[in-house]
Amino acid sequence: MSRPVSITLQNSQDGIAIADAIMADNPEAERKPFPAMTKIDCPGRLVIRGESVSDLLGREWDPQEIHMSVISLSGSVDEDDGSFTLFWR
Amino acid sequence: MAVASLKPGYAGPTRDRVDNFHGAQLVYVHWEEHLNFCAAITLPLPADTPFDALAGEILPSLYAADPDWADVDLGAARWMLDGRDWSPEPGRSIGEQGVGHKSLIRFWTAPAGNA
Amino acid sequence: MAARKLSLKQKYGHFTRGLDWEPSYQKKEDIFPFASYEGIKVHDWDAWEDPFKLTMDAYWKFQAEKERKLYAVIDSMAQNNGQLGITDARYLNAVKIFIQGVTPLEYQAHRHFAHLARHLPGAGLRVAAQMQSIDELRHCQTQIHTISHYNKYFDGIHDFTHMHDRLWYLSVPKSFFDDATSAGPFEFLTAISFAFEYVLTNLLFVPFMSGAAYNGDMATVTFGFSAQSDESRHMTLGLEAVRFLLEQDEANVPIVQGWIDKWFWRGYRLLSLVGMMMDYMLPKKVMSWSEAWESYYEEAGGALFADLARYGIREPKYAEVAKAEKGHVSHQVWSIFYNYAQAAAVHTWDVDDQHLAWLREKYPDTFEQTYQPRYLAWRKQAEEGQRFYNNGLPMLCQVCQIPMAFTEVGDPGTISFRVSEHAGDKYHTCSDGCKDIFDHEPEKYVQAWLPVHQIFQGNCGGATLPEVLDWYHINQGADNLDYVGSPEEAQWNKWMEGRRPAMPIAAE
Repeated sequence: MSRPVSITLQNSQDGIAIADAIMADNPEAERKPFPAMTKIDCPGRLVIRGESVSDLLGREWDPQEIHMSVISLSGSVDEDDGSFTLFWR
Repeated sequence: MAVASLKPGYAGPTRDRVDNFHGAQLVYVHWEEHLNFCAAITLPLPADTPFDALAGEILPSLYAADPDWADVDLGAARWMLDGRDWSPEPGRSIGEQGVGHKSLIRFWTAPAGNA
Repeated sequence: MAARKLSLKQKYGHFTRGLDWEPSYQKKEDIFPFASYEGIKVHDWDAWEDPFKLTMDAYWKFQAEKERKLYAVIDSMAQNNGQLGITDARYLNAVKIFIQGVTPLEYQAHRHFAHLARHLPGAGLRVAAQMQSIDELRHCQTQIHTISHYNKYFDGIHDFTHMHDRLWYLSVPKSFFDDATSAGPFEFLTAISFAFEYVLTNLLFVPFMSGAAYNGDMATVTFGFSAQSDESRHMTLGLEAVRFLLEQDEANVPIVQGWIDKWFWRGYRLLSLVGMMMDYMLPKKVMSWSEAWESYYEEAGGALFADLARYGIREPKYAEVAKAEKGHVSHQVWSIFYNYAQAAAVHTWDVDDQHLAWLREKYPDTFEQTYQPRYLAWRKQAEEGQRFYNNGLPMLCQVCQIPMAFTEVGDPGTISFRVSEHAGDKYHTCSDGCKDIFDHEPEKYVQAWLPVHQIFQGNCGGATLPEVLDWYHINQGADNLDYVGSPEEAQWNKWMEGRRPAMPIAAE
């Protein structure tokens, strides 16, 4: 695996939806359960799309809301209007 | 190497100068091979402390809690002072024998029955 | 015509770059006097790319929501006697280490990030530092609020700020942060944002927060998650700041490398107290210190430094020593706290057979040979009514300030002694790592306020132990000594007895 980026999310309602969206949108992502948390590793680059999470949650979800659910991350960050991306330069 | 500082010539107080200890020096003692005593012990001792007092009163007060201490013969112990082999003389003070401020004394006592 | 909405990046750009200006009648070096004395060169502050695009309105919105959620849990825990849900009262000693040792560091971080928010020349970095300053104050406050519930029922928590500034083991975290805050802004960023909050952060977070989860401390878990969401911004700041410095000028590389070497080592030594906590104070254990170090430093750190190699950065200088010591340090630090339980505001106790078995399993190469015999001997003394307390005060390392209980690599029977001479005086350190730090900047470390030396200078309330404990504000016979025989043990046993029904509930 090329150097993985990773994100660890709370197992809250929002956090689980975000994790599900990541798995759907990033085919090479791997999901690891921990007590009260979910860790997702992905080679090179991982994208969280606001639209995907909104669809899963059944409400408008803004990617900046990630701040409510994230526990830890690894990689450089790019925040934009519709998405939140982790990558290595 | 000098510390990087806003102004040249930076210096601050040396907190453990010997003058701060009211006539005592700091001396560290360590009974080797007995790590139930987790680390060396810090003692404030005047330089004129007789070695006899260290060996006869102070070290026992610290180490007698260990059952092994009952068999210890300090006369047969191996000593190091500040990284060098040391043969302390009972009749003299520690200061006369090279124990200075923040000196480290390490000693090994033979297991019972050995030389 | 509909109003055009600014994109996230545009909005953020206006807020940071847009509000900045070039001074026209004062010199930049007078406005930012801390910017160059460390020797770091930055040619283009505009090259700093803010990873997060958080504007103040969004910041307040999210932080307020985190607070609402957290305080609901704190209230609920208080109303429902949540303290009864922990596995055992011994667990609380981990919480005491946290409030005494870590919470005051959050406050130091708050103050110093406010300083950086003023003194960093780049607008984007100043914004990140300002938000971090407020985050750290929030962490300090939420920890105090969360743990205040335990203060109603348990000992050692009542005067943590006073103790942090005085007690022998608390000078370890205190001096760590004093060292960082008395350094310049770029060293501080490397020390705290990068080394502590990025490289080593999981070795603080996972033991305490998973430890809380495994041991029924829901309030601490909740506080932990609330803080960690801020930490992802902090760790990103650390990584990006170090990359930025390395990219700005080749001359920065050896300076940053020196800081990485120093702060890796200082952080590692500080974390040995956490290793002790996770191997000994958690009735239900998460993983061993050795496992945590392998996972969160050797594997994760390995990948990170492989990446930074492109800038000419190598792994921290004594990383191999930390790896070699991982089977030892937690036991050595537990031995310190066991030796000096009479002078600490946390309890220790004799290790039972089940715990010994776990330690043998987790430390197959070191525990049975080196540490188990000592623990069995102590347990025997305690059973005979002679629980061992060390009568003498320990020798402390001049730099990390931990009692010098660490041993030579490959020789766990021999204490690691190092010594330096400066201006006619000797200075003792526990390791090559700490000695290097002393030798590099002796003018700093000769000023160290070493608790044992201060006692002997007569600055700590008196010449006898009870006087010193009074000066520490230790409630003698309650905060200190062995857990067995303590008031909180008696209280815990009474509560647990009270939870058992007086009569059988179901038919036999």
